[in-house]
Amino acid sequence: MESTARHELLRGVRAGIPIAVGYVPMAVAFGVLARQAGLGFFQAGAMSLFVYAGASQFASLGLLAGGASALAIVLATLVLNFRHFLMSVSLSRRLPPLSSHGPRRVFSLLGLGFGITDETFVVASLDAALTPACFAGLALTAYLAWLSGTLVGAGFSSLIPAVIARGMGVALYAMFIAILLPGVKKSWINGVVAVAGGAIAWGSSLAVPQIPSGWRIVIAILAASLIGALLGEDTEPERARGETT
Amino acid sequence: MIAGMCAVTFVPRVIPLLLGQDLVLPGWIRRWLSYFPYAALGSLIFPGILSVVEGKPWIGLLAGVVAAGLALKARNAIFPVLAAIALVVALQLLGV
Repeated sequence: MESTARHELLRGVRAGIPIAVGYVPMAVAFGVLARQAGLGFFQAGAMSLFVYAGASQFASLGLLAGGASALAIVLATLVLNFRHFLMSVSLSRRLPPLSSHGPRRVFSLLGLGFGITDETFVVASLDAALTPACFAGLALTAYLAWLSGTLVGAGFSSLIPAVIARGMGVALYAMFIAILLPGVKKSWINGVVAVAGGAIAWGSSLAVPQIPSGWRIVIAILAASLIGALLGEDTEPERARGETT
Repeated sequence: MIAGMCAVTFVPRVIPLLLGQDLVLPGWIRRWLSYFPYAALGSLIFPGILSVVEGKPWIGLLAGVVAAGLALKARNAIFPVLAAIALVVALQLLGV
């Protein structure tokens, strides 16, 4: 049992490496921009340590620069991150039940929940044999990459050439594509759902640009996966079963 | 401000995990949920990939196509990721 958990943790860490590659440059950029926006080294670090949400951290810098109130920034964060509520709902159905009980179980779930980001969610969801330990390794890898990148950026503002930083900005998209394709090969409906998601997000950004991007993703997820539910039969098991002992 | 941002990010992330595991949902909702990852992937890739290099949407698209081609061959996500980074850096250094 113990060695299985360790094996799963390491499997998660390995699955998290592409995410880390994508997170580090983004986090470095955040650290640099945070210092430019007037936050101190520790404030910038605290953002990544406690908030840990890329889009809203960047948005908060823009809002700070624009002189927004703390309440406005907190509300904007809520709006941007509400999509993680949907992801947490979905993940709660896929994750096998934890073996621990009582406070330990609650604490573990709090930790796993804190680790939900767009990237950890999609990688974990498309893992055919997801376990809590695997998600823990994945989430921890991503979190440490985000945190350490922020500290580097905030500590050594603008030592990283812009060309490299921008080049690494493509990393997360490449990873998304790499994890999407096997699912599409498995069932064409997955591809239809993904294309619909992209089309809805893009279409809404052109038609109503004033909607915050967080809500656009919420709308796209709800609508596009509904298309999948209408087209598809119940092929995918919602949880990996059989491995739990 | 940071504490408030932390709270509004953390709570939506953990509530479903805390409550969701014991919940029994009807089949159509389960099916709906099962497509969330693919819908999320689609909306995260597009249109964001167009803005990898500001003002040059084709660079992001090209890198995406290359990553897709490599992903069909490779078993691991890391190889397409590194190739896409190299391509974007190279295109910028070439000044295109």
